[in-house]
Amino acid sequence: MNEQSLKDLQQKIGYEYTFDCVQCGYCLPACPTYETMGKETHSPRGRINLVKMAAEDKMDIEELRDPIEKCLGCQACVTACPTNTQYGRILEGAKKVLNDTEKKSVAKKTTEKIVFSKLFPSSSSMDMVGHIMWGYEKTGLQKLARKTKLTNLAPLHLGKFEQVLPSSVSPKERKSRKNYYPAIGKAKFTVAMFTGCIMDSSFFTTNQNMIKLLNYAGANVYIPEEQTCCGALHAHSGEVNQAKELAKLNIEAFEKYNIEYVVNNAGGCGAQLSEYDHLLSEEPEWKAKTHTFVQKSKDISTVLWHLGGLPLLEEKEELVTYQPSCHLTHVQKVTREPKALIETIPGVIFREMKDEQKCCGSAGIYNIVNYDEAMDILDVKMSHMRPTKANTIVTTNPGCLLQMKMGIKREGLEGSVRAMHLVDFLAERLVVNS
Amino acid sequence: MKKKWHKKLDKVIKDNKRILTKSADLLSYGFDGSFGQFKPERVVQPISREEVAEVLKLANKHSIPVYPRGQGTCLSGGPLPVKGGIVLDTCRMTSKLIIDSENLTAVVSPGIITSKIKEAVDKEGYFYPPDPSSAHVSTIGGNIAENSGGPRGLKYGVTGNYVLGLEVVTPEGEIINTGGRTIKNVTGYNLTSLIVGSEGTLGVVTEITLKLIPKPKSRVSLLAVFDDLGDSGRAISGILSSGIMPSAMEIIDKYCINAVENYNPAGYPTDAAAILLIELDGHPKAIEEEIRQIDQMCREIGARDVQSAVEEGEQNKLWEARKLVSPAIAKIKPTKISEDATVPRSKIPEMFERLNEIREKYNIELVVFGHAGDGNLHPNILTDKRDKDEIKRVEMAVSEIFEAAIDLGGTLSGEHGIGTMKAPFMEKELGHIGLDMMKRIKEVWDPNNIMNPEKIFPEKGQSKLVLTE
Repeated sequence: MNEQSLKDLQQKIGYEYTFDCVQCGYCLPACPTYETMGKETHSPRGRINLVKMAAEDKMDIEELRDPIEKCLGCQACVTACPTNTQYGRILEGAKKVLNDTEKKSVAKKTTEKIVFSKLFPSSSSMDMVGHIMWGYEKTGLQKLARKTKLTNLAPLHLGKFEQVLPSSVSPKERKSRKNYYPAIGKAKFTVAMFTGCIMDSSFFTTNQNMIKLLNYAGANVYIPEEQTCCGALHAHSGEVNQAKELAKLNIEAFEKYNIEYVVNNAGGCGAQLSEYDHLLSEEPEWKAKTHTFVQKSKDISTVLWHLGGLPLLEEKEELVTYQPSCHLTHVQKVTREPKALIETIPGVIFREMKDEQKCCGSAGIYNIVNYDEAMDILDVKMSHMRPTKANTIVTTNPGCLLQMKMGIKREGLEGSVRAMHLVDFLAERLVVNS
Repeated sequence: MKKKWHKKLDKVIKDNKRILTKSADLLSYGFDGSFGQFKPERVVQPISREEVAEVLKLANKHSIPVYPRGQGTCLSGGPLPVKGGIVLDTCRMTSKLIIDSENLTAVVSPGIITSKIKEAVDKEGYFYPPDPSSAHVSTIGGNIAENSGGPRGLKYGVTGNYVLGLEVVTPEGEIINTGGRTIKNVTGYNLTSLIVGSEGTLGVVTEITLKLIPKPKSRVSLLAVFDDLGDSGRAISGILSSGIMPSAMEIIDKYCINAVENYNPAGYPTDAAAILLIELDGHPKAIEEEIRQIDQMCREIGARDVQSAVEEGEQNKLWEARKLVSPAIAKIKPTKISEDATVPRSKIPEMFERLNEIREKYNIELVVFGHAGDGNLHPNILTDKRDKDEIKRVEMAVSEIFEAAIDLGGTLSGEHGIGTMKAPFMEKELGHIGLDMMKRIKEVWDPNNIMNPEKIFPEKGQSKLVLTE
């Protein structure tokens, strides 16, 4: 490689960040893939070193692909790192370089184009996904998979995931959602809801429940129509330019409203929203409004906590454990509020599972494209869940929720254990004034 | 091209998932917590002593270098595959962790993480004192190889003080046992002590019998604040010569205090010249009396303040902050060279002066913290690998630190081992004949020099530290 192209590569891959790593290895116990795969190659320290090797032209870029693609991106290593090495930046740089150099088949290119450019950013497409799912009861998910050519992506196991998806709502119910829901009683705040594309298509009811919780806790809620996908899946796949475009659309959609918070209920989306300032760091004209947007972006648990929790929750004894979303814990650094909310519910006995802060293996679409690896990680997670004897596993991200449902199914625990999004769990106990 | 021994290795480790051959895998086992990046030809991950024995037999027959490795937290270059060959990763040897309450011993596999042993022992109501800062990452096998220490070394010694017996695969692939399960054992040469700290140059440890002790009844931590570095040194000598034996006594200089407070404030006084962090353990009544004495003594010598922390939470806060010193100082500059030159306790103030001179002479960021109670200081130099000019000055400064320690009657390493980093200085400490006796032992154990070559012993003409490639 000549000197200039090496410099370009170093710039793009985040070479400078690798120097912060002192190779102490303190990240090793935090890394789920190091635990299940048992190789330094699949540890954060190992991956950082490999990025460095590639950036110094001591190793072929292609050699990086497997270690980088097998990383969950959970960022537990960032929390564990004593020198505050920005692993997320290194991972992102490596993904971008790998994405740019990949020789993709026509089928893969087409699929990605459909998925990233047409499907996720478009609320009508995602609505359609929702509609199709609703209609699935007769036709089967294969139809969706065929329609979107998702099956071309990798050896997928969509059939298995389909079994744990929540039942869908009718197109009519979707259409009937309003743009504004006022607080019940005296309003303490006005907020706007970030609906998320997957949340809004597959977890529409959760979004509806969130509006209800916010209203009862004392918030007026707007639902800006112009919002779009957060761009997390694009950014994590190295499609940075598309992620930037989506970020701008969202910032513009929300800045029209006079609100205290932009509230989301998916750890992964929330993490992406909280990083918009980094994503758009090279565009100074966006700096001020991006900063405002990032400052306002909060997870539902934080907002409910700021609102003073929920009034009137039904008392019922229940053993509960919590599987935190990695992106909520390690990127947004929200750890206290979800648990605090669970513990305020009368009758709930909360039991923390061992290594709760470790990834469950869901990680965006990781469990779809790296099915076997994700299931190994899930098995470890379930081995920590079982001793809690919990009846309910509460999560804070749709991916984690599906993964936990999958875990329950794999362990044959259906009937005795259920997984729920924090929002739905709180909504279930909410005593609604008639 | 696949060499003959590569094919033979495939037969020795039948599960080919545990033989790594890809470039990315090989490079991932080519570094540790110190300096240098190498590339072995193969990484093997045995799970039994039989597999280890077969690998060594093969390597011995074909004269292939073998580099045993734990989790790679080593700070002296112990596991670096400097001559290629095979990296033998012991992390998957985790089958045994047995606590024998009647004999107060534990039998463990080398791949077990040290903190896991400590937890299991604690659950049974016993105590395994060695506590290297990396205990939550490092394996007991690695601790044995480097004879790791930690803050509690002052009262309780290093890892080697707790090893009663070992199962070892010799470089020729034979399995032997050294020592045993008895507390007293004086039969023949003490091969256990020879293997501990031999840095994988004499064989591969496949099972370890550890000595446990009863858990101390209570524990208290003290924080003494000094406006003069010399006073803190005098307080250390004062306390130790009064007959009190703290379980740990750490010194943190002003540069480190400020680094910690900038990084993650712990409430350390930023205007102090140095602080002493002292831990006492034992019977509550005895501790009470010792606190009183230490408080009085420190104040008489010139301590501005002495605080005690009795509650576990308060104590943890003090020690957590101590653990932050190492990461916090890495904020000063990205490349950290952590040394563990150790001097006799009485020479600590003098060593501090020498370090100060070195700091000024080479105009480098040199900070000091460490286990003051046992003379094991950690002079740390913060630099930047990319600054070639500074690295040259750092190389000279590090050499001078070693020389200063030896001059004052000290040693090159208190707990990190020699590895590649300190090999060039061995003759200075041991003398020509002293080093030669060690070499002769190595030659007898390992006639084909396959076990971790180029560690501990300097190569011909190697007399200084080289950090740049």
